Amino acid sequence: MVEPQPIRSATITPPKRPVYEIERLSKTYARNRLVALDNVNLTINKGEFVSVIGSSGCGKSTLLKIMAGLMPPTTGRVVLEGRPVVGPRPDIGMMFQQATLLPWKTAVENIVLPIEIREGRGAAKQAHDKAMDLLELVGLKDFANVYPGELSGGMAQRVSICRMLVSDPAMLLLDEPFSALDELTRDFMNMELQRICLERGATAFLVTHSLAEAVIMSDRILVMKARPGQISEDVVVDLPRPRTLEMINTERFGELVGHIRDLLGKDAHE
Amino acid sequence: MTDNSQAVAMEGGGDTVWVEHEAFIDRIPRSVAMIFLFVAVVGLWDIVTRLGWVSAIILPTPAETLDDLVFVGANLISGGYMLEALWTTTLTVFYGFVIALAIGFSLGVLVGETKFGERAVLPYLVAIDTMPKVAFAPLFIAWLGFDISSKVALAAFIATFPIVVATAAGLQAASENERMLFKSMGASRMQTLIRLKLLTGLPYIFTGLKIASVGVMAGAITGEFLGGGRGFGALIRQSASQLDTPRVFALILYLSLLGLALYFTVVWAERRFVFWNKSGRPGGVM
Repeated sequence: MVEPQPIRSATITPPKRPVYEIERLSKTYARNRLVALDNVNLTINKGEFVSVIGSSGCGKSTLLKIMAGLMPPTTGRVVLEGRPVVGPRPDIGMMFQQATLLPWKTAVENIVLPIEIREGRGAAKQAHDKAMDLLELVGLKDFANVYPGELSGGMAQRVSICRMLVSDPAMLLLDEPFSALDELTRDFMNMELQRICLERGATAFLVTHSLAEAVIMSDRILVMKARPGQISEDVVVDLPRPRTLEMINTERFGELVGHIRDLLGKDAHE
Repeated sequence: MTDNSQAVAMEGGGDTVWVEHEAFIDRIPRSVAMIFLFVAVVGLWDIVTRLGWVSAIILPTPAETLDDLVFVGANLISGGYMLEALWTTTLTVFYGFVIALAIGFSLGVLVGETKFGERAVLPYLVAIDTMPKVAFAPLFIAWLGFDISSKVALAAFIATFPIVVATAAGLQAASENERMLFKSMGASRMQTLIRLKLLTGLPYIFTGLKIASVGVMAGAITGEFLGGGRGFGALIRQSASQLDTPRVFALILYLSLLGLALYFTVVWAERRFVFWNKSGRPGGVM
């Protein structure tokens, strides 16, 4: 009889190099005095994949927008790579629920769009080779000059992965990126995303609704509770890397999903 | 497309066999259906006028109308006074459309992009839009006189509003995610407006242009009805006052060619510039 392994909290992990640090972050919407986030503390280390999960209205989207520099916090310290985040930055890469590719631009033109916006058309043209390398990374080398209307949902999201990576971001912010895809494609895309993140040593922060997705993807899962939005638990996922879809059938996977479901359920019934 | 086919169950030996019959209307080509309707309508028209059920002053026979079509056509081809009138109306429509496009687009951007436009300008535009705009014709004639400019003004006035509304609506068409994407890339307001919002709104704007192309014709002709001058509208009014109904019919048919030309120029431009919108997201109907 094997003793069940305890599910650890993140406080006992050894210190690594922090990429993103958030201290005493609070956000109160001036419009309706709603406290969206209250005293959120969070450190994401280099190469870590961290997910946040919680019921809708728990403030996870607000947290993501603040981390992306799209929304100012009310109080607190938000620091990426040693510099405070005061607005959108080229070293932050984002993915959204939809691929949000511009339909009048080809795949490769969409990928270099962030460079075109920041540095102009000349710089964007020079980045074409890099865009081609990225397309090769996601297996879409032959689709460089195809318009998004001719791409499937999964292919479009792979192009948007390339667009996120084109400016070599230090931090990837993923806002339920595959939630609009069917389940089989979604599983496949998650494994692709893991491969890319491992290959590039990327640091990522994922907002998700899916327990299974959070567990299979993450090194740590932040469980949030609502009103006010706070991180109630920081769960370490000790499944080995690289993860495979077969791990979903393991006992440990089930324990972790069950543990997080309990945490979320406790919050919902309080 | 509606599916008019019907399935009939045939009781065979063991299994039920379903035989699908395509409905009759689905089996005849569109062109045949159109010609059939044309012949039916003209035939009915011929019978009604030939038997004297309707006075010839109210409705001429198809043959009389055809005679006048040939006469007006000959005058147009030989460069007669009718061609001059048609050219005058064409210029009125063209100037009216260009002015409506410039003003409508600018106001649309003001309303769709700025808080000031939305809060201060839009209510006045809505108020003016609800008025019967043709009623302004006497004012334009009083201000600009009886030559082409008063007609251009009325045509432009009528055609401006659909362009304003369509442009303002088009600027709102970009999704929340697309706006967030541009914001996250550090795009300036101008970059977001031109590279995201205007391009996303192009299908809407073209829908507005199609509505405007119909309105600008109505405005030009109404202006010529009320303000005289040398245009096609004046010719129509003149023929109508002489109770020359076949001539009125013939003139209207040729005038419709001008409207069609403008409309399909807009359609052509849309296909050219909105090449990515093959499904015809908005504006596919008009």
